[in-house]
Amino acid sequence: MSTAIPSAHAHAEGGQTPFLQHHFREMSQQFDAAKIGMWLFLVTEVLLFGGLFVGYGIMHARHPEAFVAAHHHLDKTMGALNTVVLLISSFTMVLSVWAAQTSRKKLLVLFLLLTLACAGTFMVVKYFEYSHKFHEGLLPGKYYSHKGDTVPGQFLFFSFYFMMTGLHGIHVLLGMAAIAWLVWRALKGHFSSLYYAPVEITGLYWHLVDLIWIYLFPLMYLIS
Amino acid sequence: MSTAAPVLHGESPKAPPSYLQAGHTIKSWLLTGDHKRIAVLYLISVSVFFFFGSLAASMIRIELVSPRGVMLESDTYNKVFTAHGIIMIFFFLIPAIPAVLGNFLLPIMIGARDLAFPRLNLLSWYLYVAGGLCGVLAIAFGGVDTGWTFYTPYSSMYSNTNVTLTIIGAFIAGFSSIATGINFIVTVHKMRAPGMTWFRLPLMVWGSYATSLIIVLGTPVVAITLLLVVMERVFHIGVFSPELGGDPVLFQHLFWFYSHPAVYIMILPAMGVINEVITCFSRKRIFGYHFIAFSSLAIAGLGFLVWGHHMFVSSQSMYQGMVFSLLSYLVAVPSAIKVFNWTATIYKGSVRFQTPFLYVLGFMGLFVVGGLTGLFLAAMSTDVHLTDTYFVVAHFHYVMAGSNLIALLAGMHYWWPKMYGRLYNKKLAAISSALIFVGFNLTFLPQFVLGSRGMPRRYFNYLPQFQDLHVASTIGSWVLAAGLFLTAAYLLASFRQPKGMAANPWGGRTLEWETTSPPTTHNFEGQPVLQHGPYDYRPEPAAVGVKELAH
Ligand SMILES: [Cu+2]
Repeated sequence: MSTAIPSAHAHAEGGQTPFLQHHFREMSQQFDAAKIGMWLFLVTEVLLFGGLFVGYGIMHARHPEAFVAAHHHLDKTMGALNTVVLLISSFTMVLSVWAAQTSRKKLLVLFLLLTLACAGTFMVVKYFEYSHKFHEGLLPGKYYSHKGDTVPGQFLFFSFYFMMTGLHGIHVLLGMAAIAWLVWRALKGHFSSLYYAPVEITGLYWHLVDLIWIYLFPLMYLIS
Repeated sequence: MSTAAPVLHGESPKAPPSYLQAGHTIKSWLLTGDHKRIAVLYLISVSVFFFFGSLAASMIRIELVSPRGVMLESDTYNKVFTAHGIIMIFFFLIPAIPAVLGNFLLPIMIGARDLAFPRLNLLSWYLYVAGGLCGVLAIAFGGVDTGWTFYTPYSSMYSNTNVTLTIIGAFIAGFSSIATGINFIVTVHKMRAPGMTWFRLPLMVWGSYATSLIIVLGTPVVAITLLLVVMERVFHIGVFSPELGGDPVLFQHLFWFYSHPAVYIMILPAMGVINEVITCFSRKRIFGYHFIAFSSLAIAGLGFLVWGHHMFVSSQSMYQGMVFSLLSYLVAVPSAIKVFNWTATIYKGSVRFQTPFLYVLGFMGLFVVGGLTGLFLAAMSTDVHLTDTYFVVAHFHYVMAGSNLIALLAGMHYWWPKMYGRLYNKKLAAISSALIFVGFNLTFLPQFVLGSRGMPRRYFNYLPQFQDLHVASTIGSWVLAAGLFLTAAYLLASFRQPKGMAANPWGGRTLEWETTSPPTTHNFEGQPVLQHGPYDYRPEPAAVGVKELAH
């Protein structure tokens, strides 16, 4: 009963690709469904992060001095570097979608790999940032052990720093897995101007991951 | 009495097998993409959880027969009522109607072959089961004692029971309902048959659509809130703990931002079912179609603006309270619109008192009592007196538990022949619908009185003057249980009945009745094209969907 798996029994009539699933009438219906589905998923993602943003905002308002003091431990250069890297990755993702839409297989693989490389760079930078924090005892909640603080309550900032950047980091990793899957499918020649929905909706997801970082960066690294 | 409803493609000799016959291996069920099979999987698992939730409920009621308790220790009692609340809300009331009836009917009602994302649908069932297992394990490892609301800082810092595991279970179940919600919204937007305009949708579809909007907009917020509680327990992050600089009331705001709309996740699909049943058994087009459709959306929207009525006695300012109180009154308007429309539908209809309609009458009774008592709780001055008493307990059991359960039963009795191609024993069904209605009221009406006299909720023992009403309530729970057992028995016995039943035993005038009962895997042979809207109950009706495109 593999009803949903695109395979030979799908209808390949009238300019349809073999990727039309059996319960859709035509490719455009399947494409629109995937796109609306992804937009709704992105709404849930925004609300998920929204809860954390609200929590962060309220704790910041209750402990302004502690938050300002704590944010000086963050490395602005690293943060800015990661912002640039993610912005570039969004751009290469846009180019990937364009390459898929215009059936340019080699360019599609190239741009997807570039996106993957940017995402990897982001994670490497994040790794160095995290290990530096671990080393200094700048940890969330009861594990906070940084010496020589003059302002109390800085652990609250790091609670939110690790939860928010951590949840974002998990999303970057999931995005990397999705992009790697796209590379594999692109190499098998699945995508063309007739069928590129997976590239497009992964792109939507990737732009949201980028956008969340665009908000996280000033919120965490640039408070005053 | 199958009216002139022409079954698309009739019973031609080469007709494909029904969805139940389309594969007999366990794998063909556990890896299915067929929304109807997933609905059956959900029906079985939801029933199991309902059984255990009810078991916990009976233990509570037996315990309260005597002012000093009967068999449970006080901390065991806390764990039992917590288990009752968590199982019933997260694993029964929220998924029951959407995931069982919605899953089964939504694609058929709009003339589609399946939901937009069949594999996501299957995933949602696995997530539900995984979340449920976490909840079961948490109970097996010793239980939870926070109540289903997980109020901080007790849940985040002090309770030494299995809060983390339970929350993870609720968290996973939340993503299961998000998956269902996204699937429903996309399906209604993109999978409608040719000619199926928005205002030709059966009202059950409107109800499911509004429910899905609430699920998608609310569940992520409670998911992250519950995750924060886990983080607080594991890392002491400080967000909800006053001694660490946090704010415990913030939890209540975030929790009720979802959990008040969650009440509408439970009641909107129930109302959807009632719409379908009431018009069919009144043999009359539903009164005020557009009002009912838009009132569902109004409830979904307003439902997000009233969470503060759960916090009149928290740290909210009086002015905040006044705004929330006013908005809570407003949300009663769309609900009342529906009740008036149902009444007008029955008026001068040729009513047939079959089992599903008996449940509809029960629903209207319970919903009106539940809704009107809600007004006492939305008014700040009375709520201060009634907060955390049995009045609240009785109120929310009427609106979300009783109404949801009875609507589910109405729907199950209406669509049972559609799902399984068999009829049940109608005489026993009528008896048990009466038992359930009487039992439910006998259980919860005394609790209104108890609450207004000051009996606090969640208390393990009580003053002797409350005993008579508690005993009445417990007897009521036994009558209710008898009705539910009887229902389970004759529904299961119906599988021994022969299958030779008309495809449309009630003469329903919506698209799902114009295919075989039970339907084939693809629901329709070919693509139905809509000729006109639903609910044409004139004596010589035209078929809803006729003609097919070659497929
Ligand atoms: Cu409420």
